[in-house]
Amino acid sequence: MAETEIPRDLRYTREDEWVRIEGERLVVGVTDYAQQQLGDVVFLELPEVGANIERGEAFGVIESVKAVADLFGPVTGRVAEVNALLTDQPELVNADCYGDGWMLVIEPDDPAEIEELLSASAYQQHVKDRAE
Amino acid sequence: MSALARTPLFETHRALGARLVPFAGFELPVQYTSILAEHAAVREHAGLFDVSHMGQLHFHGPGAVAAVEWLVTCPVATLRPGRVRYGCLCNEGGGVVDDVTVYRVAEDHLFLCVNAANVEKDYRWVVRHSPASVEVQNRSAQTALLALQGPASTAVLAAAGTTPDPAELPRFAFAPTKLAGTEALVSRTGYTGSDGFELYCEAGDAVGLFEALLRAGREHGLAPAGLGARDTLRLEAALPLYGHELDDTTSPLEARLDRFVKRGGAPFLGGEAIERRRAAGHARLLIGFELLERGVARAEHAIAHEGVPVGVVTSGAPSPTLGKSIGLGYVPPALVEPDTRLEVNVRGRAVAARVVETPFVRAPARAATTR
Repeated sequence: MAETEIPRDLRYTREDEWVRIEGERLVVGVTDYAQQQLGDVVFLELPEVGANIERGEAFGVIESVKAVADLFGPVTGRVAEVNALLTDQPELVNADCYGDGWMLVIEPDDPAEIEELLSASAYQQHVKDRAE
Repeated sequence: MSALARTPLFETHRALGARLVPFAGFELPVQYTSILAEHAAVREHAGLFDVSHMGQLHFHGPGAVAAVEWLVTCPVATLRPGRVRYGCLCNEGGGVVDDVTVYRVAEDHLFLCVNAANVEKDYRWVVRHSPASVEVQNRSAQTALLALQGPASTAVLAAAGTTPDPAELPRFAFAPTKLAGTEALVSRTGYTGSDGFELYCEAGDAVGLFEALLRAGREHGLAPAGLGARDTLRLEAALPLYGHELDDTTSPLEARLDRFVKRGGAPFLGGEAIERRRAAGHARLLIGFELLERGVARAEHAIAHEGVPVGVVTSGAPSPTLGKSIGLGYVPPALVEPDTRLEVNVRGRAVAARVVETPFVRAPARAATTR
């Protein structure tokens, strides 16, 4: 398998989302591992700004040529921003999953939930466990 | 559950960085780089597929032609040596046991190229329904099969020093050739809707042949291509996939394979039932459709008409060539006219669709411009 990039400064879910903490807001996307597994992303179904999402519950759908997967809320909160570029350029998820391929900005209801997200090393172990 | 089988090219795929997945009991490359890139390579230049998982059943003996004539829906007696036809093996109920290509190698020698998942089933089936005087041999394990597909395929074979040069081989014809120091049966057939060839060789020669073609193709835009692109390519060409559009209960006429079913000619296994079912009127027919809104239709999604469920999607994907979602599915005969409006239930969302003519993509049959 190709090398998987897992930036040290991000937090992760077991469902392969990454979370970047920016003050009181969280930027969310899918990991390099997820985009590699999915292949060419062709379609995303994302919530609207203002929608509420629940930790561990599906908030959207990511679809590649070959497969479809649910996107899961890393924490419970409100959607503050949605990456509008992805509507016409879903391939940004493949090209730059930790940058231009971001999906949502969330304002968490309970910042303590952030602490329950995986660290980079814990996520790396999680990826490795599944590959075996 | 037995372990997954590997083709002779398994290590080659790994070295090329392929992502390997289980398919029909084999561990096969779904993609090397990206399905979209590999799909585009085939439509614009050429792609090289390992399809060695497919099976080959050989028929030898003076009764071979008559035996195969009885087994398949397409005419066989009129098939000249060196020619190929597409057809179906059908059961007594008119359902499809498998869809196959029939190769007439010599007067008393034919072989069927069959789907990987059906090799054992087909072998038992054809042995049971052939006279004992005809020798049936399953040569699937000893035979490797490469598919070189795309408008640059002739240029790639020429660059590989293939003799005789198969450039003038007509569509659905094949010939023994030599290339890269090995012997290969080169057939102008494929499963992509683009011009191209399928190359049969001994399993032990597969790695050398595959690597020689990749080298020869470097100047011609040739890329190794996986099952992911194979599936989107065949869907654009509206070619059926066994287990999706075809199965043991489906009549080939429901799948709109009328021109591969002989009528009024030699009798064949399942022929009476196929005719009986046709005369009684089919409850469903295969259509091609495109989505009119965003989303991707997938196999098993329900199809509705004016809110009423009427059928099911058998294959669906975003078409890389057309940039929209396409699919195949079964609906009642009243709804097969082009432009009929349908809805596909994409995970709880009714997405508007319309019936379209197939194939979805019509690639030039021969790339005359490359010479």
